[in-house]
Amino acid sequence: MFPLIVAHIFVLIIVASVAFHFWSPWWWTPVASNWGGMDDTILLTFWVTGAVFIAVCLFMAYCIWRYRYQKDRKAEYKPEDKKLEFHLTWLTTLGVIVMLAPGLVVWHKYVTVPEDALNVEVVAYQWGWKYRLPGEDDILGKTEIKFISDENPFGLNLKDPNGKDDILVDSGDLHLQIDKPVKFLLRSIDVLHNFYVPQFRGKMDMVPGHVTYYWLTPIRTGDFEVLCAEFCGVGHYAMRGRVIVDDEKNYNQWLAQQITFEKMLAQNKIDNKSLKLVKNIE
Amino acid sequence: MSDEFEHKIETKADTIADAGSVTSGSTAGIDYVPAHERPDQELYHSHSWWTTYVFSQDAKYIGIQYALTAIGTGLIGLVLSWMMRLQLAFPGLGILEPSSYYQFITMHGMIMVIYLLTALFLGGFGNLLIPLMCGARDMAFPYVNMISYWAFLLAVIILLASFFVPGGPTGAGWTLYPPQAITSGTPGSSAGIVLMLISLCVFVAGFTMGGLNYIITMLQSRARGMTLMRLPLTCWGIFTATVLALLAFPALLVGCIMMTLDSLLGTSFFMPAMISMGEHLSYDGGSPLLFQHLFWFFGHPEVYIIALPAFGIISDLISVHARKNIFGYRMMVWAIVGIGALSFFVWAHHMYVSGMTPWFGYFFATTTLIIAVPTAIKVYNWVLTLWRGNIQLTLPMLFSLAFIVTFVNGGLTGIFLGNVTVDVPLSDTYFVVAHFHMVMGIAPILVVFGAIYHWFPLITGRMLNEGMGRIHFWITFLGSYAIYFPMHYQGFVGVPRRYFEIYDSPYIATSTLHLNVFITIAALIVGAAQLVFLFNLIYSARAGEKSEKNPWKANSLEWLTPEMPPGHGNFGKELPVVYRWAYDFNVPGADKDYIPQTVPPSEVRSAKVEKT
Amino acid sequence: MKKEEGIFKILSQKPWEASQAVIDNDHDGKTFGISKAKLGVRTIMTVSTVIFSLFIVAYADRMLIHDWRSMPEPWLLWVNTAVLIMNSYFFHNVKISADQNNSKEIKRGLYTVGLLAYSFLIGQIIVWYQLLSLGYFAASNVANAFFYLFTALHGLHLLGGLYFWGRVTSKFLKGNYKLPSVQHAIELCAIYWHFLLFVWLVLFGLMLFT
Repeated sequence: MFPLIVAHIFVLIIVASVAFHFWSPWWWTPVASNWGGMDDTILLTFWVTGAVFIAVCLFMAYCIWRYRYQKDRKAEYKPEDKKLEFHLTWLTTLGVIVMLAPGLVVWHKYVTVPEDALNVEVVAYQWGWKYRLPGEDDILGKTEIKFISDENPFGLNLKDPNGKDDILVDSGDLHLQIDKPVKFLLRSIDVLHNFYVPQFRGKMDMVPGHVTYYWLTPIRTGDFEVLCAEFCGVGHYAMRGRVIVDDEKNYNQWLAQQITFEKMLAQNKIDNKSLKLVKNIE
Repeated sequence: MSDEFEHKIETKADTIADAGSVTSGSTAGIDYVPAHERPDQELYHSHSWWTTYVFSQDAKYIGIQYALTAIGTGLIGLVLSWMMRLQLAFPGLGILEPSSYYQFITMHGMIMVIYLLTALFLGGFGNLLIPLMCGARDMAFPYVNMISYWAFLLAVIILLASFFVPGGPTGAGWTLYPPQAITSGTPGSSAGIVLMLISLCVFVAGFTMGGLNYIITMLQSRARGMTLMRLPLTCWGIFTATVLALLAFPALLVGCIMMTLDSLLGTSFFMPAMISMGEHLSYDGGSPLLFQHLFWFFGHPEVYIIALPAFGIISDLISVHARKNIFGYRMMVWAIVGIGALSFFVWAHHMYVSGMTPWFGYFFATTTLIIAVPTAIKVYNWVLTLWRGNIQLTLPMLFSLAFIVTFVNGGLTGIFLGNVTVDVPLSDTYFVVAHFHMVMGIAPILVVFGAIYHWFPLITGRMLNEGMGRIHFWITFLGSYAIYFPMHYQGFVGVPRRYFEIYDSPYIATSTLHLNVFITIAALIVGAAQLVFLFNLIYSARAGEKSEKNPWKANSLEWLTPEMPPGHGNFGKELPVVYRWAYDFNVPGADKDYIPQTVPPSEVRSAKVEKT
Repeated sequence: MKKEEGIFKILSQKPWEASQAVIDNDHDGKTFGISKAKLGVRTIMTVSTVIFSLFIVAYADRMLIHDWRSMPEPWLLWVNTAVLIMNSYFFHNVKISADQNNSKEIKRGLYTVGLLAYSFLIGQIIVWYQLLSLGYFAASNVANAFFYLFTALHGLHLLGGLYFWGRVTSKFLKGNYKLPSVQHAIELCAIYWHFLLFVWLVLFGLMLFT
């Protein structure tokens, strides 16, 4: 009796897991970037592995019942079965290849940035986000952590002329234009962070001293939450921001309202003295 | 190493004199080979209570000391997890501060991975089982072995002391990534982290002393006739795990030493130029990624340091309780060794989105998925051992079955995270938390329970209570499945891990947070069920049903000692002589359904072994 | 000495087969034909090699970053290196005299070896003082930090070796020993000393050329 109950419970676990999957209201948010391919690789992996899980567990449940202990039963004595093991090995290898190959293809796309992508710098700090966009020259000015000060919160190198027209979004939301590829240049001024928008799927850590990157093309307009996905201290969970994907008109409108580095410096009334200070540091 | 000078040189008498007595072709002629004493085996004969039970040099006692210390520390880890779960389910109650939440996740993780599981499998089961299964009187260097335990205890004390220093224990996450681990935005960034790093260094030093014993005992002190390929898979698992540990723990040690110096002396090994609390710090040029590489060069083999002994133990439990030889023994050994070797080439799959060169992604995704093949083979062989077996649903068997379900589930989700693209959206979400708890939390713990129910009679001479055991089993297994299976779906939603509170995020449905309540309740119940287990341990050790000798009718040497529990020197007057592998169950023609390893061929009635 | 089998040969055995059982029953339960202590020393040396290799990898990685400023090597370091080489050489001699059971030579040799080892350590500490007085602090540049780290770790390893040297020497002086055990202990210490010399030469060379 007991083996029958145990076998049934194991079958029930599988049935419940499958039922949970189909009735679960919890699934990913609709994708808002070109990385739908990532969802597809998840689905592919999900079905392959799900089938394996169900098959192994059901087979096990069958064995529990079918080969339950009987005093006069003789278990089979078979140390190995080369043929069976060989078939199982290549079958598994095949399954692995089926899952791995599409993954590598999508990864290749993920790390190959299109040339026309707009560079957008994301600066992370404990605990918030700042953004910088290139100005009319399309080039971001050089930065270093040691240049950061109250007047120069992004740490731009004052000697680099390319930085003058950079557009700074010190507090506030980042806007992106729909269907235009962006390359996020990720920078941290203190500890590790990770720029994560669930709907965009992409992720990459920001490492102080390095500039990391990833790219995407927003494919639908909307208002998305930014979260930090690398533990960064006690305020990690509160490190949120907002990204808004606009159509071209709204995007340009927003862009026109942002200030450039030059204007910000003027606002901050940087005089020659602090410029000298920078020279001294150099 | 202090015993090397007591060492006595091997004498010529060591070599087998009467190889001529072996007749070829028939197995009948090789009976009664004389036992093989090892002149270089040192055996410490204790004369007082202190040296018998406290400063014991007997591996069996050291194993129990390790196990009790590890389980005691693990219980602290369990209570910490309760607090975290309560906070996650009921954020409104204000159970924890953010800083204590992060301190608890850090201590929970480190305690469970290092101080519970590593110490329990290698220090606990390793010490208890290696000499017995190999047919040795004790470990190779008993004194060093004793020091190993005391170093472990010291490491635990240092770790727990960090709860009482100003600033509390470190809250850097168990990965201890710099720069945040030692900068002021993280709780416990001064005294707490330093104590953690020192504790880990002491642990590594202590472990190295123990590990030296495990591998040398297994290589050099086996009984006559015990070839490597006749060892039970438990020994293979522990052996390979120990080799991994001896090669991987140095990476942790190196990382810890350099981070301690960064913290105390202000060096810049890992610390880049940065701003903390609005101030420029004096660090410059250090590489946080270097630490991550070191950490995971240790951290990934660490997964297998826990998993391989579990694989080995579970193979033996399944074989004994299904009354059938383990299917594909050689393949199982190859898989253990292969997984061990591959585990040093996959570490950066923890770092796909760490900002390292993206080109590493191709390489590490491939190696990681290759490792899935030997792992899958192990699973097939476990269920194929059940197939056409004669399955006794004893408690160890129940735990083994539960292990297979849990491990297959957790192992398969590992394929998600090992495949670089799939990892991008899922990394740092609850999917990861669910995956590693399933595969290296619950699965090994189920093995631990199965192993304790199996070997408890060996330690105490009494059986654990079956009724309490079943209650414990069903709650633990079904409860932990109920905790971690739904948690994967939180990961799909994109709920990030290490969040003290997930307040109204527009993309997270409120029902996802209700799921947290369910998970927390399950976690509380599972945790409470462990009280049943603890009670069972204490009750059965005192008043449990007396066990007969070799209660499970197993073949391996640990059950074949003259007394049970085995006495000082394990094997009485004469060491055993081994005539067969540990898996001769239901051999065709034999009159019993098992043939212990020490039974010479002449005592087995016309047993025939198929050729494969 | 018994014949050792290759790992692949061992792994392909079929322990359940009768023909294999005949061979296996003869096995004396040892995998390597060396003493446990020797295998222990080898294991320890392997673990140490991994530790030092990882430090060297860290050194190489960190060196590429712009703020690296190499440190000068004081001439005393060359003297210390010479002392360590002599140390290793004399240990080799002790081993030879131990093999010949020349107790007078063993005694003298053990003293010489200890003296040289301690003078190496004192020499290293003097180098530290010199560098510190010149302002090369661990925090001021990571190259300095690596120097102190390497020398400290190597020194600790040597101290560990000296502990065993102390045990064998005191045992030898007390006279209650069995010759093979002392011979073996001296052999193992000598191996360990050569290993430490090798480690030092690699570390010193690394710091010299970068």
